[in-house]
Amino acid sequence: MSTIVSGPLQKPLLEPERYELTSGSIHHFDLARREFFKLLGAGITVFAVTKSVIAQETGPSHSFHPQDLPSDIRAWLHIGEDGVVTAFCGKVEIGQNIRTSLAQTVADELRVPFASVRMVMGDTALTPFDAGTFGSRTTPSMTPQLRRVASAARDLLIEAAAHEWNVAPERLKAADAKVTDPGSGRSATYASLARGKTLAQNLPAEDPVTPPADWTVAGKPIPKMDARDFVTGRHQYTPDLRPAGMLHGKVLRPPSFGATLTSYDDSAAKAMSGVLIVRDGDFVGAAAPTEHQATAALAAVRTQWKEVPQVSSREIFAYLKSNAESKADDRHRQQKGSVDEVLAGAAHRFDATYNVAYIAHAPLEPRAAVAEWSGEKLTVWTGSQRPFGVRGELADTLRISEANVRVIIPDTGAAYGGKHTGDAAIEAARIARAAYRPVKVVWTREEEFAWAYFRPAGVIEIKSAISPEGKLIAWDFHNYHSGSSGIETPYTVPNVLTQFHSVPLVLRSGSYRGLAATANHFARETHMDALAHSSKMDPLEFRLKNLDDARLRAVLEASAKRFGWPHAKAEGRGFGIAAGHEKGSYVATCAEVAVDNNSGVVRVVRLVTAFDCGAIVNPDGLRHQVIGANIQGLGGALFEAIEFENGRITNPRFSRYRVPRFRDIPEIEAVLLDRKDIAPAGAGETPIMAVAPAIGNAIFDATGQRLNNLPLVPNGLKKT
Amino acid sequence: MPNPIEIEVNGKRYPVHYHPDAPLLYVLRDDLGFTGTKYGCGEGQCGSCTVLIAGQPRRSCQISVSAVVGKPVTTIEGLEKDGQLHPVQQAFIDAGAFQCAYCTPGMIMSSVGLLQSNPNASTDEIKQFLQGNICRCGTQPRIVEAVRQAAKTMQEGAR
Repeated sequence: MSTIVSGPLQKPLLEPERYELTSGSIHHFDLARREFFKLLGAGITVFAVTKSVIAQETGPSHSFHPQDLPSDIRAWLHIGEDGVVTAFCGKVEIGQNIRTSLAQTVADELRVPFASVRMVMGDTALTPFDAGTFGSRTTPSMTPQLRRVASAARDLLIEAAAHEWNVAPERLKAADAKVTDPGSGRSATYASLARGKTLAQNLPAEDPVTPPADWTVAGKPIPKMDARDFVTGRHQYTPDLRPAGMLHGKVLRPPSFGATLTSYDDSAAKAMSGVLIVRDGDFVGAAAPTEHQATAALAAVRTQWKEVPQVSSREIFAYLKSNAESKADDRHRQQKGSVDEVLAGAAHRFDATYNVAYIAHAPLEPRAAVAEWSGEKLTVWTGSQRPFGVRGELADTLRISEANVRVIIPDTGAAYGGKHTGDAAIEAARIARAAYRPVKVVWTREEEFAWAYFRPAGVIEIKSAISPEGKLIAWDFHNYHSGSSGIETPYTVPNVLTQFHSVPLVLRSGSYRGLAATANHFARETHMDALAHSSKMDPLEFRLKNLDDARLRAVLEASAKRFGWPHAKAEGRGFGIAAGHEKGSYVATCAEVAVDNNSGVVRVVRLVTAFDCGAIVNPDGLRHQVIGANIQGLGGALFEAIEFENGRITNPRFSRYRVPRFRDIPEIEAVLLDRKDIAPAGAGETPIMAVAPAIGNAIFDATGQRLNNLPLVPNGLKKT
Repeated sequence: MPNPIEIEVNGKRYPVHYHPDAPLLYVLRDDLGFTGTKYGCGEGQCGSCTVLIAGQPRRSCQISVSAVVGKPVTTIEGLEKDGQLHPVQQAFIDAGAFQCAYCTPGMIMSSVGLLQSNPNASTDEIKQFLQGNICRCGTQPRIVEAVRQAAKTMQEGAR
C-alpha cells in the first residue's frame, strides 16, 4: 500500500505542513475601483504596493480597468466622509483576535481612535489576495503593510490640509483624527478633509512607520472587537447562516478510508418527499429542507463498497520507520562537522527514540459551508484559513472560472491549522449546483474527527554525545513523517546532522498549530533533559551551558525565575523545563506535576511560560494566545491520540477523544517579554511547543520514569 | 401537520414545525432561528448547545422538543433585557473570556444556571460545574474569572 485516498472527491492528497507549499501564489484583484467607490462612497483611499510611487486623483465616474492596478496589492484602506476608516486585508479572524490587533495597528499609525476603524477581512471579492492565515504570519507580514498604508493616508490628509491652508505640509501634525497647524492653531478633522474628495494614492515603498516605542493605540490591551455580538449570540458563524430557500446538505461517507463504491441504488431515497440526491462518481450527497431529512435520505441509499487493507494505530510507529522514502530529501537535511565519527568515539553517548501520535484539531465550530449559485456565479460562506485557496479549490473541482467564485469567511469558531482546505465548501457547492437553491453543509462531530485531517504521527530518533565537561559534541536527529518545522537544534553543537524523512501518508494529514515543531521540540527537549540528568547537571544549567542564543537564554531565565527554579519539592511532585524558538519567537515553559503513586494519576499543577515575540501589539490578546496554547498543548502532551483500525477512526467523539477540560487546567502564568527594539513576530503557535517536554521532564523528576511518547500518560502512569 | 406543538422560547410562544422527537437544538436553530445556541458534538459532551429549561441548564441536543412543552426555554438571545446585558454576559466581556467565542453562549448559559442555584459558587464549584463545557481555545481561566465576577455583581445587585 502506498497511499490512502481520503475524502469522497478523490482530490489530490495533502502534504504534511501544507502551507509550506503555497508560496509563490499568483496575485489576484477582483474588484474594479469603480465598484469599490460605489461600495464605500467618496473619501480617501490608499492602496499598499511595494513598488512605484504614483499619486493620482480620480473622479468616481472615472473609468477604470483592473489591470491598471499594481499586482502586488496586499492591503488598502478608505477614509469616508463620515470619518469611518475601513481597512481591507485577506486575513481571517479565527479566534486569534487579529481583527482587533490589526485595527489597533491601523488606528495607531493613522492617529485615529480605535473605535473609528473597521476591518473587512477574508472576502475574495473585497479584499486583496492573501495566501492564508497561518504560520504566525499575520502580525509580521500584515502589520507592516497596514502601517504603511495608514502612514500614506496620513500624509495624504496632511497634504490636503496644507493645500487648503496654503502652508507647508512639514509644519502640520496629525493626531486624534485631525490635522492641526500648531503655528496658527487651525485644525481640520479627517472627515472634513475627506469630504467631497475622491482621492487615491499608491503607496511609497519605504514610507517610514511609527516605531513600537512611540505606539499609542497599538501595544495596549484593547478587548476583542464586536465583543457584544459574541456574548449575545448575535454573531453568525457559517453554520448559523440561513439564506432564504436554503436546503440542508449531507454527504455519504465511505465505511473506511480508501473504500470505493461498487454498487449503488438510490431509488428508495429518491422516493422520499422533498429530497434531492446528487451522485457524481463516488460522491453522493443529499439535500432536504431539514438536516434530519437529508441524513435519513442518505441512510436510505443502498451501497456496497470495496475496502482496502489499512495500517492501524497499534502498528503505526513501526510502519512509519520502515516505510520512509529511500530517496533522501536534501531540502530537509543540515549537516556540519563529522557526527558519525564523534559519536563512535564518544565516552558519554546517549541515544533514544520518540513517538508522537496523530491528534485532531477539534475546533468547536465544525467544518461548514453555505453555497449559493446565481447562474454561473457561485458565492460560498465557509470557515477557512485560506479564502483564496478555497476559491481555487472550488474553481478546479467544479471546473468554473475563479472569476465566478466568491468566498466569504465569517469570523470562525477556530481552526488551529485545521481549516486550510475547502472540503465542506466543495460539498455544499456541488449539491447546491444540482439543487438550484442555497445549500448548507455542516459536518457532524464524527465527520470532523474522521474526515478532516490530522497532525501527523511521527518517529524521531536522536543520537548524541557530550564532553566530560557537559558540552554537546554531537547531535544526530531524524524525524520520520511528522515534519521538519523546528527540527534544528538551537543549542551550540560542533557536529550536527538533522534530517526529515518523508513517509507516504497513512491518514490524511496537514497543518496543526505549531506544525512538527511541537514533536521536534518534545524529542529534543526530552533528550536534553535526559542528557542533563545522566551527567548529573541541573537541566536549566545544562541548557544554558550549551546555549549562545541571547533571546532563548532570556526566556529560559525569565520562566525559571518566575517559577522559582530550582526549589525544594514535596513528595510526589516534580519540576521540568523546556525551551525553543520558531518563526521568530522564543518560548520557555516550566512545569510542576503531582503524581499519585497509587493510582498513577498525573496532574499538572502549574505552568509558567515565558514568551518573546518582539514588540507586543496587544498584551491582552497575546496573553490569550500564550495561555490558550499552553492549555491546548496540555491535551496533546497528556492524553490526546487518534486511534484507528481497518481504515476507521475508532474514537471519533468527545466522549472517546479526551480534550482538556476545566479540571485539567493548572495554574498558568504567562511572562511576556516586550522587546520594543524588535519588530513583532506572530504568536499563535510557538507558545505551544515547550509544554509537552516540560511536563514529561517534570514526570521524570517526580518518578524517575522517562516517557518518550506523546501522549505521555493517556491511561495514567504505569507502575514501575 | 395536524396540531403542531407549541413551545415557549424567551417569553414568546412558537408553533413547532418539526417532529416532536426532534432534538430541541435543531428546532431552536433551524425552525425558529435561535442560532446563538450552537451545535458542537450532538452527544451532550461539549456544552455548546446549553439552554435553560425551566431555569435549569440542559444540553438541547439531548432533549426532544416535545419534552419542553409547557416549560419555558431561555436561549442566549433571551438574556439581554431592554438593551441591558445579563451580569454574566457583561462579566464575559469585562474578563475578555472568549477567543473564537463559539463556546461562549453555552458557557454563559451554563454559568447563569449555576449562579441561579449556587450564587456563592467557589472556584472549584465553577470548574466542576463547567466540566461539561469544552473550550478548545484554552480560555478556561478567564471564564472562571468571569463567573466569579458575575457572582459578585449579582450579589451586590441583589442587596
